[in-house]
Amino acid sequence: MASYVEDTELRLGLPGSDAPAARGSKRSLPDQDDEAGDESCCRNGGSASAAKAQVVGWPPIRTYRKNSFQAMKTETTTVEPEASGLYVKVSMDGAPYLRKIDLKVYKGYMELKEALDSMFKCFSQGELSRKEGCNGSEYVISYEDKDGDLMLVGDVPWDMFTSSCKRLRIMKESEARGLEFRQ
Amino acid sequence: MARVEEAGDRDENKEEETSWWSPEAVEGGRGGEGPSGGSRGGGGGGGDGDGGRPDTQPQPPPPPPYSDQVLENVLENVLQFLVCRRDRNAASLVCRSWYRSEAQTRRELFVGNCYAVSPARALRRFCGARALVLKGRPRFADFNLFPLGWGARFSPWISAMASASPWLERVCLKRMTVSDADLAFLARSFPSFCDLTLICCDGFGTPGLAVIAELCRNLRVLDLIENDVEDEDEEVVDWISRFPETTTSLESLSFECVNCPVNFSALEALVARSPSLRRLRVNQNVSLGQLRRLMVRAPHLTHLGTGSFRSGIDEDLNATDLEQAFLASKSLICLSGFREVAPEYLLAVLPVCANLVSLNLSYAVITAEQLKPVMLECHNLRTFWVLDTVGDEGLRTVAKACKNLHELRVFPFEATEDSEGSVSDAGLVAISNGCRKLRSILFFCQRMTNAAVVTMSKNCPDLVVFRLCIMGRHRPDHVTGESMDEGFGAIVMNCKKLTRLAVSGLLTDKVFEYIATYGKLVRTLSVAFAGNTDLSLKYVLEGCHRLQKLEIRDSPFGDAGLLSGIHHYYNMRFLWMSSCKLSLNGCKEVAQRMPNLVVEVIGDRPKDLDSDTVEKLYLYRSLEGPRDDAPPFVSIL
Repeated sequence: MASYVEDTELRLGLPGSDAPAARGSKRSLPDQDDEAGDESCCRNGGSASAAKAQVVGWPPIRTYRKNSFQAMKTETTTVEPEASGLYVKVSMDGAPYLRKIDLKVYKGYMELKEALDSMFKCFSQGELSRKEGCNGSEYVISYEDKDGDLMLVGDVPWDMFTSSCKRLRIMKESEARGLEFRQ
Repeated sequence: MARVEEAGDRDENKEEETSWWSPEAVEGGRGGEGPSGGSRGGGGGGGDGDGGRPDTQPQPPPPPPYSDQVLENVLENVLQFLVCRRDRNAASLVCRSWYRSEAQTRRELFVGNCYAVSPARALRRFCGARALVLKGRPRFADFNLFPLGWGARFSPWISAMASASPWLERVCLKRMTVSDADLAFLARSFPSFCDLTLICCDGFGTPGLAVIAELCRNLRVLDLIENDVEDEDEEVVDWISRFPETTTSLESLSFECVNCPVNFSALEALVARSPSLRRLRVNQNVSLGQLRRLMVRAPHLTHLGTGSFRSGIDEDLNATDLEQAFLASKSLICLSGFREVAPEYLLAVLPVCANLVSLNLSYAVITAEQLKPVMLECHNLRTFWVLDTVGDEGLRTVAKACKNLHELRVFPFEATEDSEGSVSDAGLVAISNGCRKLRSILFFCQRMTNAAVVTMSKNCPDLVVFRLCIMGRHRPDHVTGESMDEGFGAIVMNCKKLTRLAVSGLLTDKVFEYIATYGKLVRTLSVAFAGNTDLSLKYVLEGCHRLQKLEIRDSPFGDAGLLSGIHHYYNMRFLWMSSCKLSLNGCKEVAQRMPNLVVEVIGDRPKDLDSDTVEKLYLYRSLEGPRDDAPPFVSIL
């Protein structure tokens, strides 16, 4: 699998900072109510979350409507990095049901991987590992891009990935080998 | 669009299943079929016509079976005219005889929470049901607060229906999971089936639609509204081609949410052989040129969903030709779509504006300038949905033109907390000044003032639904810096018919005191990021006697607040609380004290359920006890 280049280097810091922030709250997807908690008066979250941290399900607009404008915004307007969420389905071979995640809330591949880890842990014995040459790995994360091709997650810069990813698929490594991924 | 949304809202406004849930009925035990409201048998046969008032002179009644039968026959003939389910619920409480007759003559079975009663029990009672109207997940599920796979499946209902009676004609589902297999089963099991409406559902794709199209020979209505329809790319089926080749009975076909390419020639041919078609709402893959051709085929349409409203690549569409098509559509009263609107073609709709009752521009990214010429012609508009890109200026035009407006919804183009926001208190005031007959408003904005909300409360006293969403959490009045308590307080005070309220902005316990004191008719209340203490919840649960649906997120309400509603939860459809301050012990206590309540704690992962704090609570009354299809991330206390 591809190793990370400088500009895809995963860091857990807030935008603009160099040092990784302490991971106080979990970042698996639907737990973002923790993020909300930092700002709402009901939680004792100490750290000030990033000004642009989005809260799950707020404002209360249906995903259907949010996604309808996604394409339009990238076409017409120039500045909209804080546009509404980008929800994609995540399937895992063998799991009885799918999940949906908002790619916009992750800053990079590491966070995405950890979110998927915790989301699907109950279905898999092994870890969702993407590291090259790791013998303990059982699963591989792939995605379907705009052209309908099945691609390995991690090759392209994060922003390029989020704009082209249509859905995610966690496959068993044995299947993946048959698909001639670049190793 | 507007028709169905109205229907949905109307249901929410009209529901009152308290008759099923009178304390006597509940205490009578779960085994009881219904309320034992004082059996008075067939005593009316004596002819005094008063139905057995206790103080009339006793007369020897005719032998019971005879008088019962006569009475029931008469009743059934009368009751068939009762359509409204509230009236029917009331009638069923009179005595056993009325209960039986009503049960046999009820044609539409409405279940507001599919888990409140089992399919078998409901169909045993209402054996003559020809229509099923079911609601599954509560509204907050639309905003990703319910993990996928939570439940609300249609399968058990359709299976039970197949065993009960083959005469099913109509199904209307909201927020349920419907699989392709369910649709196939439906199509195969009910020869009279003719009307399918799915709103905000998921679980199915084009294969399911293909079976419906192919096998439901009497299909009159196929309305798919804001469902999550997604197919694997390889699996997309050309379902439009599957309608029978012969003339169809189609009256309504809506598939805006089925976002896959459409076989246009099949669609055009279908429209051509559907002489009864009056409502057609296509998806955004239908170009403007194609739309024109469809309109030419179907000049008697009353409802039109225009798809993209943009000409296709290589399509050379003459604006005059398009206008001609609208000119010829003299029956159009409802327009929607405009998913990728090319503003230069918008004026083509002018010929129909004067007749329009409902206009949905909520996907149309247009400016006030572009809106104006169209709006000024829409004198008869009752329902208007629009995007906030038209700004306060656009709203002023609406206020000027639409004096009979009943419902307004203003959606945000940028649905984030810190976007610029183009509509504000100024727009709200303008609307309130111009549209005095307003009954329902949904308004997303970034800036609001108490003064504007107070003005609306005074100008629009007929408001039944008031939903204001100030998108920035905890945002105060942007002029005075105060909380928004006074504004919402004025709404509940002055709008005496209010049944649905959604609050936002910076709010203290005070606003809930107002709601409890004045909002006596409120049935649905949505709360987010509001209140200071448990008092808020206590006020509402003790003061709002008609409260049926309460959805709360991210507000500092804890066990004390939760427990203060114990006297009322059986009268409610559900309570949702997420990211509040609830503990497992508090929720367990409610569960213990209320055996007919299902108390669900929902975690995003199974291990979340071990924690002592409760992140998501969903409780609802039910005749069936804990459901057996709960996934691992749901714990039923």
